[in-house]
Amino acid sequence: MEVIRPADIQEAAAALAENPGAVPLAGGTDLMVEVNFGHIRPSAVITLRRVEEIQELSRRRIGAGVTFRDLETGDHRALAQLARTIGSPQIRAAGTIGGNIGTASPAGDSLPFLAGLDARIELRSAARGARLVPWDEFFIGVKQTSKRPDELITAVLLPEDLPDRQEFAKIGQRSAMVISIVAACVFRWRGGRTRVALGSVGPTPIRCRRAEDMISNERNPGESALDEFARIVSEEVRPITDHRGTEDYRRHSSGVLARRLLERCLAS
Amino acid sequence: MTARTGARIKGGVGESTYRSDGIPKVDGTFIYSSDMYMDRMLWGATLRSPHPRARITKLDIGPALAMTGVHAVLTDDDVPGRKTYGLEHPDQPVLGSESVEYWGQPIAVVAADDPEIARRAVDAIDVEYEVLTPLTDPIEAERLDSVFKRQRCRRGAEKRRGMVAVEGYYEVGMQDQAPLGPESGLAVPDGGGGVDLHIATQWTHIDHEQIVACLGLADDQVRIHHSGVGGAFGAREDVSLQIHLCLLALHTGRPVKMVYSRSESFVGHVHRHPALLWYRHEADADGVLRRVEARIVLDGGAFHSTSSSVLSNAVYHAAGPYRCDSVSVEGVAVKTNNPPCGAMRGFGAVQSCFGYEAQMDKLADAIGMDRIEFRIRNALQRGDPLATTGQVIETSMPAVELLERVRGMPLPEEGASEDPRLLPGGTGLTTPGASVRRGVGYALGLKNLCFSEGFDDYSEARVCITPFGVEVHTAAVEVGQGLGMILTQIARTVLGIEDVVVYYDDTSKIGSAGGTSASRQTQMTGGAVLEAAKMAREIALTRGNGDELDDAGVWRGGELVTPMSELVGGKPIEYHIRFHHPPTEQPDENGQGNLHVDFAVAVHRAVVDVDQELGLFRVVQIDTVQDVGFMINPRSVVGQIEGGVMQGVGLATLEEIVIEKGVIKNPTFTDYLLPTFLDAPRIEVQVVEERGAFGPFGAKGVGEPPTVSSTAAVVAAIRDATGLELNRTPVRPEHVALAPVQAGRHP
Repeated sequence: MEVIRPADIQEAAAALAENPGAVPLAGGTDLMVEVNFGHIRPSAVITLRRVEEIQELSRRRIGAGVTFRDLETGDHRALAQLARTIGSPQIRAAGTIGGNIGTASPAGDSLPFLAGLDARIELRSAARGARLVPWDEFFIGVKQTSKRPDELITAVLLPEDLPDRQEFAKIGQRSAMVISIVAACVFRWRGGRTRVALGSVGPTPIRCRRAEDMISNERNPGESALDEFARIVSEEVRPITDHRGTEDYRRHSSGVLARRLLERCLAS
Repeated sequence: MTARTGARIKGGVGESTYRSDGIPKVDGTFIYSSDMYMDRMLWGATLRSPHPRARITKLDIGPALAMTGVHAVLTDDDVPGRKTYGLEHPDQPVLGSESVEYWGQPIAVVAADDPEIARRAVDAIDVEYEVLTPLTDPIEAERLDSVFKRQRCRRGAEKRRGMVAVEGYYEVGMQDQAPLGPESGLAVPDGGGGVDLHIATQWTHIDHEQIVACLGLADDQVRIHHSGVGGAFGAREDVSLQIHLCLLALHTGRPVKMVYSRSESFVGHVHRHPALLWYRHEADADGVLRRVEARIVLDGGAFHSTSSSVLSNAVYHAAGPYRCDSVSVEGVAVKTNNPPCGAMRGFGAVQSCFGYEAQMDKLADAIGMDRIEFRIRNALQRGDPLATTGQVIETSMPAVELLERVRGMPLPEEGASEDPRLLPGGTGLTTPGASVRRGVGYALGLKNLCFSEGFDDYSEARVCITPFGVEVHTAAVEVGQGLGMILTQIARTVLGIEDVVVYYDDTSKIGSAGGTSASRQTQMTGGAVLEAAKMAREIALTRGNGDELDDAGVWRGGELVTPMSELVGGKPIEYHIRFHHPPTEQPDENGQGNLHVDFAVAVHRAVVDVDQELGLFRVVQIDTVQDVGFMINPRSVVGQIEGGVMQGVGLATLEEIVIEKGVIKNPTFTDYLLPTFLDAPRIEVQVVEERGAFGPFGAKGVGEPPTVSSTAAVVAAIRDATGLELNRTPVRPEHVALAPVQAGRHP
């Protein structure tokens, strides 16, 4: 196996164009699992640790190489909350948001955050340069994205109008180091605008747009509005039953979780 | 005979001495069986069935053998001796040939220059299957008479009925022992047709017995060496890669090493039997237990392993540590195409306890009596017959004291934690304090100690006094529990000599010590060392013409009369012993008899915070009192209790091998969830030291009792917080969040 060590983003994109079988390697926390199980046997890896352009972190631009350890203490409350739930301290020190996006697991912990904020994914290829893809055009199925084989994920871009309140929660069967059964993000702006996104309840992150519309019109939602909000969220998710949880439980707890997060937004 | 007491020697019994393997295990220098290395060694790998039931229609090893770096590819044809092995019944093929009966069953083994080539060679073997429908439902298996064993206990008059009756149906999921050290070993051919196997196991001599039979070799041609064991919990009682390694080493003439991957380990050893249990308990209105009826179905999986013994144990422990004169228990262990099940910490007693303790709560509630009071009224005491087998308990049985003590232990502060990580849901931040309800549950458990049912249970040990200190020789396996330290402490106390080293001899150098199982090594090998050391001391005093012995030599009247160099300079003092525990009987046709040599009891009180709406819970605290006989090493006893409690907490809240049509869906630590430190409750331990009938200084085994009843206590606490029936363990979020609420919640 060949190891290619590009020094900057141009070299990295060029290396990927020249080596169609090569796999980008950042933290390796997903990649090595695939290798260890024999699911993939890459002919070459392109290491991204020395590519500085993707390590940059600002309020609206998160480099693909930023680790979850760094995000744990970052500006965005929900992003910090979700980062803390990922794996062990060792995994968080290695795993990157770009890797989480590239793997595109339905249980990817950062995905609800990106979906709820209408984030765009920045991709770069040697042939065509950079392009921005909205999250809902990027995640197209279970572990499937619209990223082309010659493209690298370089950053996540967040919108200008960031919410006033944001909260994240994740249901797993144990207290830490667990894959989510349901994960949820709720964002609320002054004035009532609300966004709700959930993970592990569909092939890609789910936005509950009917629930958003309904609750965005409620300036000070009371019990019945909150109940209605939870009910609609439970309707809008599209979960399945697997060894981690049942469809019914996921549907039920999606509503409960979304409501609790909204209450946290309203209270904080 | 007077032995020196622990007070007179440093590091003797009763002291929390440190173990010699402790620091190496923490700093990473300890050599586990997976760390072994030899020049020119080859690596082994295993071809496993991808189907739970199939006929093998083609098996062509040619493509694998043709690969560069591959030195051997062996199948059933290459097994020179008996083609099958097994702990109690040799029914499991060394390598499957015509058919396979469970998912992951070994079919062929490969030796190659490195692990990657070995894995690729496994993939290159050309094998075709005719896939058959697996038998996976244990009830269906019983109907088809696909049965390993039936066992019953019938005692007393059937018509002796109580005024109040409760019935219940309970299920226990399949738990894995999940030792952190995967199966691993190194086989080295001796050049003369024999082989030395270095292996992480629980009983070298029983491995030896099975290995020589399958290799077709004489006893003295195979030597089993105990190497660094990374946890066992029953998973290493059965043979896994032992025979495969020896076959490959003998075939290639080179050392061969094999290490299972984590996922392979999940199919490489047996698991705790999943259980279905039906119970009916009857009592008088004043709270006297009158009748216990039970039916227990254990799924033994595809091969026998220890299913017969686990079933018997489940049946004998079916009424728990309670008096009752009218009992009927019917048990069956069935054969299916699920993963084979066998020994795991608690050995059948865990499954029964989950049932009978739920019943005891129900019955107390039905009578309107306090749950602890009801247990105290019926708790077994010395002189009572065991409800199931009728055996009169002649050893210590402090169940009443345990219950009274645990009731008096302080409860944790009221109110949910301020730290969100310590609420249900943990770092997931799912649960506000206001959504938490607290529940408290109790469970009392019973466990037999050492081997039972007439088995000739013995351990050999040799104690040598030499000019360089005392040597203790044993074939007992140290699996991480601290046996070497216990043996050292016993030898020091008896001999008065501080300089003691334990040697773990291979199978050619000393006879069997029995398995490191059934909570037995402290009593059995500890007992052997105690007796051998006493005899060695007598010889020393006679030879040295004195009345006291220590590191300096033999003393008389306070004066050193024979220095150590003189005492053993010419000839070391050596005493070898085979120590037996008092004999037990086989059961009669109604499961009656003096089947067990000793028992221990433990009680657990669990405090659990529950978020009922999301079905999430956190075990806040476990308070436990255990009957330990005598603590040879108090720190070690507490360690065993804490670890055992956590294994029980795991079974209550997380740990289950999920199987779909015979296939394990979660053979990784990503999805087979073990508790993390954040999931660990505060554990408060008290002990009752009422000396046991045999075993050194009255010590009882302590390994299993903490696992028997902690699961039942945790689930009882979740029931208490929620009012739900919760008849299945582990409890999953959906069982709590989506369950209909039952009437009559316990106050």
